[in-house]
Amino acid sequence: MTTAELLGQDPGWLIGVKALIVFIICVIATLMAVWTERRVLAKMQLRTGPNRVGKFGLLQSLSDGVKLALKEDIIPAAADKVVFIIAPIIATAMCFMAFAVIPMTGVVSIFGHQTALQLTDLPVGVLYILAVTSIGVYGVVLAGWSSGSTYPLLGGLRSSAQVISYEVAMGLSLVAVFIYASSMSTSAIVDSQHQNIWNAVVLFPSFIIFLISMVGETNRAPFDLAEAEGELVGGFHTEYSSLKFALFFLAEYVNIIAVSALATTLFLGGYHALPGLGFTEQWLGGWFTLIWFFAKVNFFFFIFMWLRGSLPRLRYDQFMKFGWKVLIPVSIIWILIVATLRVLQQEQAPRSVVLAFAAGVVIIVMALSSLFERKKDQLRSTPLPEGDAPSFPVPALPQVQSINVTGGK
Amino acid sequence: MADFIEKKVAAQTDINSVPFTEVNQPGPASLASQAKGFWVTFSTMFKKNQTIQYPDVKAPTQPRFHGRHQLNRHPDGLEKCIGCELCAWACPADAIYVEGGDNTPENQMSPGERHGAVYQINYLRCIFCGLCVEACPTRALTMTNEYELADDKREKLIFEKEDLLAPLRQGMLAPPHPMYPGMTDTNYYNGDVTESHPSQSENK
Repeated sequence: MTTAELLGQDPGWLIGVKALIVFIICVIATLMAVWTERRVLAKMQLRTGPNRVGKFGLLQSLSDGVKLALKEDIIPAAADKVVFIIAPIIATAMCFMAFAVIPMTGVVSIFGHQTALQLTDLPVGVLYILAVTSIGVYGVVLAGWSSGSTYPLLGGLRSSAQVISYEVAMGLSLVAVFIYASSMSTSAIVDSQHQNIWNAVVLFPSFIIFLISMVGETNRAPFDLAEAEGELVGGFHTEYSSLKFALFFLAEYVNIIAVSALATTLFLGGYHALPGLGFTEQWLGGWFTLIWFFAKVNFFFFIFMWLRGSLPRLRYDQFMKFGWKVLIPVSIIWILIVATLRVLQQEQAPRSVVLAFAAGVVIIVMALSSLFERKKDQLRSTPLPEGDAPSFPVPALPQVQSINVTGGK
Repeated sequence: MADFIEKKVAAQTDINSVPFTEVNQPGPASLASQAKGFWVTFSTMFKKNQTIQYPDVKAPTQPRFHGRHQLNRHPDGLEKCIGCELCAWACPADAIYVEGGDNTPENQMSPGERHGAVYQINYLRCIFCGLCVEACPTRALTMTNEYELADDKREKLIFEKEDLLAPLRQGMLAPPHPMYPGMTDTNYYNGDVTESHPSQSENK
């Protein structure tokens, strides 16, 4: 029985319970994620991090949330009130909705019902996630626009440009997964990985592209241009305060967890155990798969924190250049290769043809890269022609005397 | 019009025709050296962190740390401050306010003719540079190691003379009281006075 059929038997109350569970998991995961991030980042910087509220500071993010909620809620006079209020709601709601199609456990029993912890299973589940996260961008853009202020507007525009460009790369990296699993349903992709091998191994380039574009997609360091504190004050949420700011904060972290969960589902075998540890999936009546799922999600979340701790922010043009000129062409070529291999496999081409194709691809890539390197070396070694003196008045160069280093006399 | 400024031809003002010198920048670092950066942050996680749990653990300062000021006393309890205002003049942040007062036989606060009647240091302005300490001719003004100077009202951070005066130690007597018999302010300055006035000994 497929997961879709299994979920089709859920009674209405069970769907409600599962929706509640998913919501609670998201909120608690966010609270824990904020704490974890602050602690891990602190460790990376030889600090301790929050350790005063509750044991190990575990309640720090909860107390921060309560504090935010009790703060004065300011709506600027120049703001478009309705949009200003709706924007954070859109941003947050869409992030939560992405979680609906993520399979978090295998078959488990909830109150005596055999089901899986997955709210619904759409045949186009991954497309649904892409669609919903794109709507989430509306929250950011509208927040920036409705604030009636310059920096939020710039931040919102940057953010939309960024998310849209990286969504292209992300979508393209997913195409290879769709071809390989011959399905867009999240649970079917998990099953196909269980039967074969993790997509992260077979589709390694797709995995890397997805990893990069998911950081761009969530506006996280080193791609956090949308809220670049040093340039845009705080980006799109500069004018937000109190609970509305808290919603954006929540949305950011739920978004991170959602893309981490998506990466887990599409590339790391979802809720299934690591290869060789399959027997653990039966523990706790199947609920142990939830632990596997979150272990993998945390692995991705750690990568997010690691990136934030290690890399400085990109310049905007570098960022866009990287997205459009590197990630997208590479993904398109990779899709062509995957599709060709897939067709060869389906047409039952002889092994020698497949090997010849693979070898051809490798040779072409190596030839291109060596040509590229040589061109770059040439450019670097040729002295640049000295430009004529400009025709407009310029300040005199400081009179640098040639310093005699070797002679001494 | 000055003739050294050439008239611009419209075609020359094109952004692409402006000559420039390209700086030969190094290309991106190798993948290995980029990975090294990731290793730095990762390995740092397992190092001992440097945080001092401040309100619970108070690490001692360096011995010559510039903290709150202190107005010192002579060994008999008379104040060392003579109200000369040199500290106030030396202060680059204009944080010190001094009013001098005359010493009278009934109101002998310090040896000699004058004493500091009003002495205020505004810790909202003070930058703890220590120039006031250098300027003080009698070693009346020194600095302590006390650094917990935060407060919730501006008024509380203007320290009066009472807040700054050193506490009375063994053998000291609170001024005003007469100078030690037979001693001049020079003797005080040279450190010849080691105890309080004999007539006051029963009040110790």
